[in-house]
Amino acid sequence: MSEKIRLINEDGLRVDGRRPRDLRSIKMEIGVLSNADGSAYIEQGRNKILAAVYGPREVHPRHLALPDRALLRCRYHMAPFSVEERKSPAPSRREIELSKVIKEALEPAIFLEKFPRTSIDIFIEVLQADGGTRCAGTTVAALALADAGIPMRDLVVACAAGKVDGVLVLDLNDIEDKEGEADVPVAYMPNLGLISLLQMDGSLTIEEFNQALNLAIEGCKQIYNLQREALRARYVTIKEDVEECLR
Amino acid sequence: MSSIMVSRIRQKQIAQMVASGKRLDGRGLNDYRPIKVETGIIEKAEGSSRVLLGKTEVVVGVKVEIGEPFPDRPNEGVFTVNSEFVPLASPEFEAGPPSEESIELARVVDRGIRESKAIDLEKLCLIPGRKVYVIFIDIYVLNHDGNLIDASSLAALAALLNTKIPVYIVEENEVKKTNNYIPLPIRNYPISITLANISDKLIVDPWLEEEEAMSARLTITFDNDGRISAIQKGGTGALTPQQIMEAAYIAKEKAEELRKMVVKN
Repeated sequence: MSEKIRLINEDGLRVDGRRPRDLRSIKMEIGVLSNADGSAYIEQGRNKILAAVYGPREVHPRHLALPDRALLRCRYHMAPFSVEERKSPAPSRREIELSKVIKEALEPAIFLEKFPRTSIDIFIEVLQADGGTRCAGTTVAALALADAGIPMRDLVVACAAGKVDGVLVLDLNDIEDKEGEADVPVAYMPNLGLISLLQMDGSLTIEEFNQALNLAIEGCKQIYNLQREALRARYVTIKEDVEECLR
Repeated sequence: MSSIMVSRIRQKQIAQMVASGKRLDGRGLNDYRPIKVETGIIEKAEGSSRVLLGKTEVVVGVKVEIGEPFPDRPNEGVFTVNSEFVPLASPEFEAGPPSEESIELARVVDRGIRESKAIDLEKLCLIPGRKVYVIFIDIYVLNHDGNLIDASSLAALAALLNTKIPVYIVEENEVKKTNNYIPLPIRNYPISITLANISDKLIVDPWLEEEEAMSARLTITFDNDGRISAIQKGGTGALTPQQIMEAAYIAKEKAEELRKMVVKN
Protein backbone atom coordinates (compact mmCIF):
# COMPACT_ATOMS: atom_id res chain seq x y z
CA MET A 1 0.00 0.00 0.00
CA SER A 2 2.66 2.49 1.09
CA GLU A 3 5.34 2.66 -1.62
CA LYS A 4 3.21 2.58 -4.75
CA ILE A 5 5.16 1.73 -7.87
CA ARG A 6 4.83 4.23 -10.71
CA LEU A 7 3.68 2.45 -13.82
CA ILE A 8 3.59 5.44 -16.17
CA ASN A 9 6.50 7.93 -16.09
CA GLU A 10 6.55 11.70 -16.77
CA ASP A 11 6.95 11.07 -20.49
CA GLY A 12 3.88 8.86 -20.53
CA LEU A 13 5.93 5.71 -21.04
CA ARG A 14 5.34 2.38 -19.34
CA VAL A 15 7.73 0.36 -17.14
CA ASP A 16 9.08 -1.47 -20.18
CA GLY A 17 9.36 1.71 -22.25
CA ARG A 18 6.25 1.15 -24.34
CA ARG A 19 3.65 3.79 -25.11
CA PRO A 20 0.15 3.03 -23.73
CA ARG A 21 -1.20 1.56 -26.96
CA ASP A 22 1.86 -0.49 -27.94
CA LEU A 23 1.98 -4.25 -28.01
CA ARG A 24 5.05 -6.07 -26.73
CA SER A 25 7.30 -7.58 -29.39
CA ILE A 26 5.80 -10.84 -30.63
CA LYS A 27 7.42 -13.82 -32.33
CA MET A 28 5.47 -16.85 -33.50
CA GLU A 29 6.55 -20.14 -34.98
CA ILE A 30 4.42 -23.02 -36.23
CA GLY A 31 5.16 -26.74 -36.38
CA VAL A 32 7.76 -26.86 -33.64
CA LEU A 33 7.04 -30.32 -32.17
CA SER A 34 7.30 -33.42 -34.33
CA ASN A 35 5.07 -35.74 -32.28
CA ALA A 36 2.05 -33.46 -32.11
CA ASP A 37 -0.54 -33.25 -34.89
CA GLY A 38 -0.19 -29.50 -34.66
CA SER A 39 2.04 -27.21 -32.63
CA ALA A 40 3.10 -23.62 -32.26
CA TYR A 41 5.32 -21.42 -30.13
CA ILE A 42 4.92 -17.80 -29.15
CA GLU A 43 7.11 -15.22 -27.48
CA GLN A 44 5.24 -12.12 -26.42
CA GLY A 45 7.48 -9.85 -24.40
CA ARG A 46 9.06 -12.24 -21.91
CA ASN A 47 6.26 -14.78 -22.21
CA LYS A 48 7.38 -18.03 -23.79
CA ILE A 49 4.55 -20.45 -24.49
CA LEU A 50 4.23 -23.73 -26.38
CA ALA A 51 0.97 -25.23 -27.61
CA ALA A 52 0.33 -28.67 -29.04
CA VAL A 53 -2.79 -30.27 -30.48
CA TYR A 54 -3.48 -33.98 -30.64
CA GLY A 55 -6.48 -35.16 -32.59
CA PRO A 56 -9.05 -35.73 -33.80
CA ARG A 57 -8.32 -39.05 -32.11
CA GLU A 58 -10.04 -41.78 -30.13
CA VAL A 59 -11.44 -40.54 -26.82
CA HIS A 60 -9.98 -41.80 -23.56
CA PRO A 61 -11.82 -42.61 -21.37
CA ARG A 62 -14.29 -43.88 -23.91
CA HIS A 63 -17.52 -42.92 -22.14
CA LEU A 64 -16.71 -39.24 -22.60
CA ALA A 65 -17.19 -39.49 -26.37
CA LEU A 66 -20.00 -37.38 -27.79
CA PRO A 67 -22.32 -38.87 -30.42
CA ASP A 68 -22.64 -35.75 -32.54
CA ARG A 69 -19.32 -33.92 -32.28
CA ALA A 70 -15.77 -34.02 -31.11
CA LEU A 71 -14.92 -33.53 -27.46
CA LEU A 72 -12.65 -30.53 -27.06
CA ARG A 73 -10.29 -30.58 -24.11
CA CYS A 74 -7.76 -28.03 -23.07
CA ARG A 75 -5.04 -27.99 -20.46
CA TYR A 76 -3.30 -24.75 -19.61
CA HIS A 77 -0.30 -25.42 -17.44
CA MET A 78 2.61 -23.41 -16.11
CA ALA A 79 6.06 -24.91 -15.76
CA PRO A 80 7.45 -24.82 -12.19
CA PHE A 81 10.31 -22.58 -13.38
CA SER A 82 8.11 -20.18 -15.34
CA VAL A 83 7.69 -17.69 -12.51
CA GLU A 84 9.82 -15.96 -9.87
CA GLU A 85 9.00 -18.38 -7.05
CA ARG A 86 8.79 -22.03 -8.05
CA LYS A 87 5.23 -23.02 -8.82
CA SER A 88 4.07 -26.44 -7.78
CA PRO A 89 3.51 -28.53 -10.91
CA ALA A 90 0.09 -29.69 -9.66
CA PRO A 91 -2.64 -27.77 -11.47
CA SER A 92 -3.77 -24.81 -9.38
CA ARG A 93 -7.33 -23.52 -9.22
CA ARG A 94 -6.26 -20.65 -11.45
CA GLU A 95 -4.91 -23.03 -14.09
CA ILE A 96 -8.09 -25.10 -14.00
CA GLU A 97 -10.22 -21.98 -14.52
CA LEU A 98 -7.98 -20.75 -17.34
CA SER A 99 -8.09 -24.15 -19.04
CA LYS A 100 -11.87 -23.82 -19.05
CA VAL A 101 -12.07 -20.26 -20.37
CA ILE A 102 -9.43 -20.91 -23.07
CA LYS A 103 -11.30 -24.01 -24.20
CA GLU A 104 -14.49 -21.97 -24.40
CA ALA A 105 -12.63 -19.26 -26.32
CA LEU A 106 -11.48 -21.72 -29.00
CA GLU A 107 -14.58 -23.92 -29.18
CA PRO A 108 -16.83 -21.57 -31.21
CA ALA A 109 -14.19 -21.43 -33.95
CA ILE A 110 -13.87 -25.20 -34.48
CA PHE A 111 -16.14 -27.37 -36.65
CA LEU A 112 -16.43 -30.01 -33.92
CA GLU A 113 -19.46 -31.58 -35.60
CA LYS A 114 -17.17 -32.85 -38.37
CA PHE A 115 -15.52 -35.34 -36.00
CA PRO A 116 -18.12 -37.10 -33.85
CA ARG A 117 -16.89 -39.58 -31.20
CA THR A 118 -13.35 -38.21 -31.26
CA SER A 119 -11.41 -35.89 -29.04
CA ILE A 120 -9.28 -32.89 -29.86
CA ASP A 121 -6.82 -32.19 -27.08
CA ILE A 122 -5.03 -28.89 -26.67
CA PHE A 123 -2.04 -28.59 -24.38
CA ILE A 124 -0.64 -25.20 -23.50
CA GLU A 125 2.63 -25.11 -21.58
CA VAL A 126 3.81 -21.78 -20.23
CA LEU A 127 7.60 -22.00 -20.08
CA GLN A 128 8.04 -18.43 -18.90
CA ALA A 129 5.28 -16.13 -17.71
CA ASP A 130 5.23 -12.35 -17.75
CA GLY A 131 1.57 -11.38 -17.68
CA GLY A 132 -1.08 -12.04 -20.28
CA THR A 133 -0.37 -15.75 -20.57
CA ARG A 134 -4.03 -16.70 -21.01
CA CYS A 135 -4.19 -14.42 -24.04
CA ALA A 136 -0.87 -15.47 -25.57
CA GLY A 137 -1.83 -19.07 -24.78
CA THR A 138 -5.11 -18.70 -26.68
CA THR A 139 -3.37 -17.06 -29.65
CA VAL A 140 -0.76 -19.83 -29.88
CA ALA A 141 -3.32 -22.63 -29.34
CA ALA A 142 -5.34 -21.34 -32.31
CA LEU A 143 -2.18 -21.60 -34.44
CA ALA A 144 -1.54 -25.15 -33.24
CA LEU A 145 -5.14 -26.06 -34.20
CA ALA A 146 -4.62 -24.60 -37.66
CA ASP A 147 -1.31 -26.48 -37.95
CA ALA A 148 -3.13 -29.72 -37.05
CA GLY A 149 -5.37 -29.09 -40.05
CA ILE A 150 -8.52 -28.87 -37.98
CA PRO A 151 -11.23 -27.02 -39.90
CA MET A 152 -12.07 -23.71 -38.29
CA ARG A 153 -14.56 -20.91 -38.91
CA ASP A 154 -11.96 -18.32 -38.05
CA LEU A 155 -8.71 -17.97 -36.17
CA VAL A 156 -8.92 -16.95 -32.53
CA VAL A 157 -6.62 -14.26 -31.25
CA ALA A 158 -6.44 -12.81 -27.76
CA CYS A 159 -5.08 -9.70 -26.14
CA ALA A 160 -5.70 -7.79 -22.93
CA ALA A 161 -6.28 -4.12 -22.32
CA GLY A 162 -6.46 -2.44 -18.96
CA LYS A 163 -5.90 0.63 -16.86
CA VAL A 164 -2.68 1.50 -15.06
CA ASP A 165 -2.04 4.78 -13.22
CA GLY A 166 -5.31 6.06 -14.69
CA VAL A 167 -4.18 5.42 -18.28
CA LEU A 168 -5.78 2.98 -20.70
CA VAL A 169 -3.10 0.55 -21.90
CA LEU A 170 -2.78 -2.39 -24.27
CA ASP A 171 -1.19 -5.79 -23.62
CA LEU A 172 -0.38 -5.58 -19.91
CA ASN A 173 2.77 -7.18 -18.58
CA ASP A 174 3.04 -8.92 -15.22
CA ILE A 175 3.67 -5.87 -13.04
CA GLU A 176 0.97 -3.82 -14.79
CA ASP A 177 -1.46 -6.68 -14.30
CA LYS A 178 -0.65 -6.98 -10.60
CA GLU A 179 -0.33 -3.31 -9.66
CA GLY A 180 -2.70 -1.73 -12.19
CA GLU A 181 -6.33 -0.78 -11.68
CA ALA A 182 -7.94 -3.16 -14.15
CA ASP A 183 -7.23 -5.95 -16.60
CA VAL A 184 -9.58 -7.00 -19.43
CA PRO A 185 -8.45 -10.08 -21.37
CA VAL A 186 -10.36 -10.57 -24.64
CA ALA A 187 -10.33 -13.32 -27.28
CA TYR A 188 -11.64 -12.34 -30.67
CA MET A 189 -12.55 -13.99 -33.95
CA PRO A 190 -11.53 -11.26 -36.39
CA ASN A 191 -13.52 -12.27 -39.46
CA LEU A 192 -16.69 -13.07 -37.55
CA GLY A 193 -16.34 -10.04 -35.26
CA LEU A 194 -17.19 -12.16 -32.23
CA ILE A 195 -15.74 -12.23 -28.73
CA SER A 196 -15.20 -15.69 -27.30
CA LEU A 197 -13.30 -14.91 -24.11
CA LEU A 198 -13.96 -11.99 -21.86
CA GLN A 199 -12.91 -11.49 -18.28
CA MET A 200 -12.22 -8.50 -16.15
CA ASP A 201 -10.94 -7.72 -12.73
CA GLY A 202 -10.31 -4.36 -11.14
CA SER A 203 -12.53 -1.32 -11.22
CA LEU A 204 -13.82 0.45 -14.33
CA THR A 205 -16.87 2.52 -15.21
CA ILE A 206 -18.99 1.18 -18.05
CA GLU A 207 -17.51 3.85 -20.36
CA GLU A 208 -13.93 2.94 -19.41
CA PHE A 209 -14.74 -0.73 -19.91
CA ASN A 210 -16.10 0.03 -23.38
CA GLN A 211 -12.84 1.81 -24.27
CA ALA A 212 -10.75 -1.05 -22.88
CA LEU A 213 -12.80 -3.59 -24.84
CA ASN A 214 -12.32 -1.66 -28.08
CA LEU A 215 -8.60 -1.24 -27.44
CA ALA A 216 -8.23 -4.97 -26.77
CA ILE A 217 -10.01 -5.70 -30.07
CA GLU A 218 -7.58 -3.36 -31.85
CA GLY A 219 -4.69 -5.28 -30.26
CA CYS A 220 -6.25 -8.58 -31.37
CA LYS A 221 -6.43 -7.32 -34.96
CA GLN A 222 -2.73 -6.45 -34.92
CA ILE A 223 -1.77 -9.85 -33.49
CA TYR A 224 -4.04 -11.52 -36.05
CA ASN A 225 -1.86 -10.14 -38.85
CA LEU A 226 1.18 -11.72 -37.17
CA GLN A 227 -0.69 -15.01 -36.87
CA ARG A 228 -1.41 -14.99 -40.60
CA GLU A 229 2.20 -14.19 -41.41
CA ALA A 230 3.38 -17.06 -39.22
CA LEU A 231 1.00 -19.47 -40.94
CA ARG A 232 2.10 -18.27 -44.35
CA ALA A 233 5.77 -18.66 -43.42
CA ARG A 234 5.07 -22.22 -42.32
CA TYR A 235 3.42 -23.11 -45.62
CA VAL A 236 6.24 -21.61 -47.61
CA THR A 237 8.71 -23.93 -45.87
CA ILE A 238 6.39 -26.92 -46.35
CA LYS A 239 6.09 -26.09 -50.05
CA GLU A 240 9.88 -25.84 -50.35
CA ASP A 241 10.29 -29.19 -48.61
CA VAL A 242 7.84 -30.82 -51.00
CA GLU A 243 9.59 -29.34 -54.02
CA GLU A 244 12.90 -30.57 -52.63
CA CYS A 245 11.51 -34.12 -52.47
CA LEU A 246 10.15 -33.96 -56.01
CA ARG A 247 13.42 -32.81 -57.45
CA MET B 1 -20.99 -28.84 -20.58
CA SER B 2 -24.21 -29.77 -22.33
CA SER B 3 -25.65 -32.97 -21.06
CA ILE B 4 -28.59 -34.47 -22.86
CA MET B 5 -30.77 -33.60 -19.88
CA VAL B 6 -32.83 -31.12 -21.84
CA SER B 7 -34.02 -32.57 -25.10
CA ARG B 8 -33.16 -30.93 -28.40
CA ILE B 9 -36.83 -30.25 -29.03
CA ARG B 10 -37.10 -28.40 -25.75
CA GLN B 11 -33.94 -26.41 -26.45
CA LYS B 12 -35.36 -25.40 -29.82
CA GLN B 13 -38.64 -24.40 -28.20
CA ILE B 14 -36.79 -22.22 -25.67
CA ALA B 15 -34.74 -20.62 -28.45
CA GLN B 16 -37.84 -19.87 -30.53
CA MET B 17 -39.68 -18.34 -27.60
CA VAL B 18 -36.73 -16.14 -26.66
CA ALA B 19 -36.46 -15.05 -30.30
CA SER B 20 -40.02 -13.75 -30.03
CA GLY B 21 -39.29 -12.04 -26.71
CA LYS B 22 -40.88 -14.61 -24.40
CA ARG B 23 -39.70 -17.24 -21.95
CA LEU B 24 -41.03 -20.68 -21.13
CA ASP B 25 -41.68 -19.80 -17.50
CA GLY B 26 -43.55 -16.61 -18.39
CA ARG B 27 -40.82 -14.19 -17.32
CA GLY B 28 -39.81 -11.14 -19.33
CA LEU B 29 -36.31 -11.24 -20.81
CA ASN B 30 -34.97 -8.97 -18.05
CA ASP B 31 -36.82 -10.50 -15.10
CA TYR B 32 -35.21 -12.44 -12.28
CA ARG B 33 -36.94 -15.39 -10.69
CA PRO B 34 -38.30 -14.73 -7.18
CA ILE B 35 -35.43 -14.22 -4.76
CA LYS B 36 -35.49 -15.08 -1.07
CA VAL B 37 -32.61 -14.28 1.25
CA GLU B 38 -32.32 -15.61 4.82
CA THR B 39 -29.39 -15.05 7.13
CA GLY B 40 -28.06 -16.56 10.33
CA ILE B 41 -29.33 -20.03 9.51
CA ILE B 42 -26.25 -21.90 10.79
CA GLU B 43 -25.55 -20.97 14.41
CA LYS B 44 -22.10 -22.55 14.51
CA ALA B 45 -20.85 -20.46 11.63
CA GLU B 46 -19.73 -16.88 12.29
CA GLY B 47 -21.95 -15.85 9.38
CA SER B 48 -24.38 -17.67 7.11
CA SER B 49 -27.13 -17.27 4.59
CA ARG B 50 -29.48 -19.17 2.37
CA VAL B 51 -30.54 -17.80 -1.00
CA LEU B 52 -33.37 -19.15 -3.10
CA LEU B 53 -33.36 -17.99 -6.69
CA GLY B 54 -36.42 -19.70 -8.09
CA LYS B 55 -35.63 -23.32 -7.35
CA THR B 56 -31.88 -22.79 -7.18
CA GLU B 57 -30.80 -23.02 -3.58
CA VAL B 58 -27.44 -22.04 -2.15
CA VAL B 59 -26.17 -21.91 1.42
CA VAL B 60 -23.06 -19.94 2.32
CA GLY B 61 -21.26 -20.35 5.62
CA VAL B 62 -18.49 -18.08 6.86
CA LYS B 63 -15.91 -19.36 9.32
CA VAL B 64 -13.32 -17.14 10.96
CA GLU B 65 -9.90 -18.24 12.15
CA ILE B 66 -6.58 -16.69 13.02
CA GLY B 67 -3.68 -17.28 10.65
CA GLU B 68 -0.72 -15.74 8.90
CA PRO B 69 -1.04 -13.00 6.29
CA PHE B 70 0.38 -13.28 2.77
CA PRO B 71 4.05 -12.15 2.82
CA ASP B 72 3.34 -9.38 0.27
CA ARG B 73 0.35 -8.06 2.28
CA PRO B 74 1.54 -8.19 5.91
CA ASN B 75 -1.07 -5.71 7.13
CA GLU B 76 -4.13 -7.34 5.65
CA GLY B 77 -6.44 -10.14 6.65
CA VAL B 78 -7.03 -13.04 4.29
CA PHE B 79 -10.16 -14.49 2.77
CA THR B 80 -10.81 -17.48 0.54
CA VAL B 81 -13.86 -18.60 -1.38
CA ASN B 82 -14.56 -22.24 -1.95
CA SER B 83 -17.53 -23.98 -3.49
CA GLU B 84 -18.95 -27.46 -3.25
CA PHE B 85 -21.34 -28.95 -5.77
CA VAL B 86 -22.74 -31.49 -3.35
CA PRO B 87 -24.14 -34.57 -5.10
CA LEU B 88 -27.58 -34.14 -3.57
CA ALA B 89 -28.06 -30.93 -5.57
CA SER B 90 -28.27 -32.37 -9.06
CA PRO B 91 -28.08 -35.70 -10.88
CA GLU B 92 -25.07 -34.21 -12.68
CA PHE B 93 -23.00 -33.56 -9.58
CA GLU B 94 -20.64 -36.23 -8.38
CA ALA B 95 -18.66 -36.55 -5.20
CA GLY B 96 -14.91 -36.20 -5.57
CA PRO B 97 -12.47 -33.47 -6.51
CA PRO B 98 -14.07 -30.13 -7.48
CA SER B 99 -15.15 -29.80 -11.10
CA GLU B 100 -14.06 -27.02 -13.46
CA GLU B 101 -17.48 -25.43 -13.02
CA SER B 102 -17.21 -25.43 -9.25
CA ILE B 103 -13.75 -23.86 -9.32
CA GLU B 104 -14.90 -21.24 -11.81
CA LEU B 105 -17.91 -20.41 -9.62
CA ALA B 106 -15.77 -19.91 -6.52
CA ARG B 107 -13.24 -17.80 -8.42
CA VAL B 108 -15.88 -15.55 -9.97
CA VAL B 109 -17.48 -14.93 -6.56
CA ASP B 110 -14.01 -14.36 -5.07
CA ARG B 111 -13.13 -11.83 -7.77
CA GLY B 112 -16.31 -9.82 -7.15
CA ILE B 113 -15.59 -9.57 -3.42
CA ARG B 114 -11.85 -8.96 -3.87
CA GLU B 115 -11.93 -6.41 -6.67
CA SER B 116 -14.73 -4.34 -5.14
CA LYS B 117 -12.74 -4.40 -1.87
CA ALA B 118 -15.92 -5.50 -0.12
CA ILE B 119 -14.14 -6.72 3.00
CA ASP B 120 -12.00 -4.12 4.76
CA LEU B 121 -8.97 -6.40 5.04
CA GLU B 122 -6.76 -3.79 6.70
CA LYS B 123 -9.03 -3.86 9.72
CA LEU B 124 -8.46 -7.62 9.99
CA CYS B 125 -4.80 -7.39 10.96
CA LEU B 126 -3.89 -8.17 14.59
CA ILE B 127 -0.07 -8.39 14.53
CA PRO B 128 1.42 -7.19 11.22
CA GLY B 129 3.13 -9.99 9.33
CA ARG B 130 2.15 -12.58 11.92
CA LYS B 131 -1.46 -12.75 12.99
CA VAL B 132 -4.51 -11.78 10.98
CA TYR B 133 -8.10 -12.88 10.67
CA VAL B 134 -8.69 -15.52 7.99
CA ILE B 135 -12.21 -15.54 6.58
CA PHE B 136 -13.38 -18.75 4.90
CA ILE B 137 -16.39 -18.32 2.65
CA ASP B 138 -17.84 -21.69 1.70
CA ILE B 139 -20.52 -21.94 -0.97
CA TYR B 140 -22.73 -24.98 -0.70
CA VAL B 141 -25.01 -25.59 -3.68
CA LEU B 142 -28.05 -27.50 -2.44
CA ASN B 143 -30.27 -27.45 -5.52
CA HIS B 144 -29.10 -26.63 -9.03
CA ASP B 145 -31.72 -25.01 -11.20
CA GLY B 146 -29.47 -22.62 -13.09
CA ASN B 147 -27.56 -19.38 -12.53
CA LEU B 148 -25.46 -20.61 -9.62
CA ILE B 149 -23.11 -17.62 -9.96
CA ASP B 150 -25.70 -14.96 -9.11
CA ALA B 151 -27.28 -17.03 -6.35
CA SER B 152 -23.86 -17.75 -4.84
CA SER B 153 -22.52 -14.21 -4.95
CA LEU B 154 -25.75 -12.92 -3.45
CA ALA B 155 -25.55 -15.54 -0.72
CA ALA B 156 -21.87 -14.79 -0.10
CA LEU B 157 -22.60 -11.07 0.35
CA ALA B 158 -25.58 -11.80 2.62
CA ALA B 159 -23.45 -14.14 4.72
CA LEU B 160 -20.61 -11.61 5.00
CA LEU B 161 -23.06 -8.94 6.15
CA ASN B 162 -24.28 -11.41 8.74
CA THR B 163 -20.78 -12.30 9.97
CA LYS B 164 -19.60 -11.45 13.47
CA ILE B 165 -15.92 -11.85 14.22
CA PRO B 166 -14.56 -12.55 17.71
CA VAL B 167 -12.58 -9.73 19.28
CA TYR B 168 -8.96 -10.57 20.10
CA ILE B 169 -6.64 -8.69 22.41
CA VAL B 170 -2.96 -8.48 21.62
CA GLU B 171 -0.73 -9.18 24.63
CA GLU B 172 3.05 -9.46 24.40
CA ASN B 173 2.97 -10.37 20.74
CA GLU B 174 0.32 -13.02 21.26
CA VAL B 175 -3.40 -12.84 20.57
CA LYS B 176 -6.07 -13.82 23.07
CA LYS B 177 -9.69 -14.45 22.17
CA THR B 178 -12.35 -12.59 24.15
CA ASN B 179 -16.04 -13.33 24.40
CA ASN B 180 -17.00 -10.22 22.47
CA TYR B 181 -17.98 -10.17 18.84
CA ILE B 182 -18.08 -7.33 16.33
CA PRO B 183 -19.52 -7.23 12.80
CA LEU B 184 -17.10 -8.08 9.98
CA PRO B 185 -16.03 -4.72 8.44
CA ILE B 186 -17.76 -4.52 5.04
CA ARG B 187 -17.33 -1.45 2.87
CA ASN B 188 -18.76 -2.46 -0.50
CA TYR B 189 -21.64 -4.57 -1.77
CA PRO B 190 -20.72 -6.32 -5.01
CA ILE B 191 -23.64 -7.77 -6.97
CA SER B 192 -23.16 -10.05 -9.94
CA ILE B 193 -25.66 -10.26 -12.76
CA THR B 194 -25.62 -13.07 -15.29
CA LEU B 195 -27.10 -12.86 -18.77
CA ALA B 196 -27.38 -15.60 -21.35
CA ASN B 197 -27.29 -15.35 -25.12
CA ILE B 198 -30.09 -17.37 -26.70
CA SER B 199 -31.11 -16.80 -30.34
CA ASP B 200 -28.89 -13.69 -30.30
CA LYS B 201 -31.05 -12.16 -27.59
CA LEU B 202 -29.93 -11.50 -24.05
CA ILE B 203 -31.91 -12.86 -21.14
CA VAL B 204 -31.24 -12.26 -17.49
CA ASP B 205 -30.97 -15.01 -14.84
CA PRO B 206 -31.06 -18.16 -17.03
CA TRP B 207 -32.54 -21.19 -15.30
CA LEU B 208 -31.26 -24.70 -15.90
CA GLU B 209 -33.06 -25.42 -19.19
CA GLU B 210 -32.12 -22.03 -20.56
CA GLU B 211 -28.50 -22.70 -19.64
CA GLU B 212 -28.66 -25.85 -21.75
CA ALA B 213 -30.06 -23.84 -24.65
CA MET B 214 -27.75 -20.83 -24.39
CA SER B 215 -24.68 -20.33 -26.54
CA ALA B 216 -22.83 -18.13 -24.07
CA ARG B 217 -23.28 -16.38 -20.76
CA LEU B 218 -21.83 -13.22 -19.35
CA THR B 219 -21.53 -12.37 -15.66
CA ILE B 220 -20.86 -8.75 -14.72
CA THR B 221 -20.26 -7.71 -11.11
CA PHE B 222 -21.02 -4.15 -10.08
CA ASP B 223 -19.94 -2.37 -6.91
CA ASN B 224 -21.85 0.28 -4.92
CA ASP B 225 -20.74 3.11 -7.15
CA GLY B 226 -21.96 1.43 -10.31
CA ARG B 227 -18.44 0.51 -11.39
CA ILE B 228 -17.63 -2.88 -12.87
CA SER B 229 -15.47 -5.02 -10.57
CA ALA B 230 -15.41 -8.30 -12.45
CA ILE B 231 -16.56 -9.93 -15.67
CA GLN B 232 -16.64 -13.54 -16.74
CA LYS B 233 -17.81 -14.91 -20.05
CA GLY B 234 -18.76 -18.56 -20.02
CA GLY B 235 -20.18 -21.13 -22.37
CA THR B 236 -18.99 -22.37 -25.72
CA GLY B 237 -20.44 -19.61 -27.90
CA ALA B 238 -19.39 -16.05 -28.62
CA LEU B 239 -20.81 -12.54 -28.28
CA THR B 240 -20.60 -9.37 -30.34
CA PRO B 241 -19.07 -6.26 -28.75
CA GLN B 242 -22.51 -4.61 -29.05
CA GLN B 243 -24.14 -7.44 -27.10
CA ILE B 244 -21.51 -7.10 -24.39
CA MET B 245 -22.17 -3.40 -23.94
CA GLU B 246 -25.93 -3.96 -23.99
CA ALA B 247 -25.44 -6.59 -21.29
CA ALA B 248 -23.39 -4.15 -19.21
CA TYR B 249 -26.17 -1.56 -19.19
CA ILE B 250 -28.88 -4.10 -18.34
CA ALA B 251 -26.69 -5.59 -15.61
CA LYS B 252 -26.00 -2.21 -14.02
CA GLU B 253 -29.70 -1.56 -13.59
CA LYS B 254 -30.40 -5.07 -12.32
CA ALA B 255 -27.52 -4.88 -9.83
CA GLU B 256 -29.13 -1.87 -8.13
CA GLU B 257 -32.39 -3.79 -7.85
CA LEU B 258 -30.80 -6.89 -6.37
CA ARG B 259 -28.58 -4.98 -3.95
CA LYS B 260 -31.67 -3.68 -2.16
CA MET B 261 -32.64 -7.27 -1.38
CA VAL B 262 -29.53 -8.00 0.69
CA VAL B 263 -28.48 -4.60 1.91
CA LYS B 264 -31.18 -3.27 4.18
CA ASN B 265 -31.07 0.39 5.35
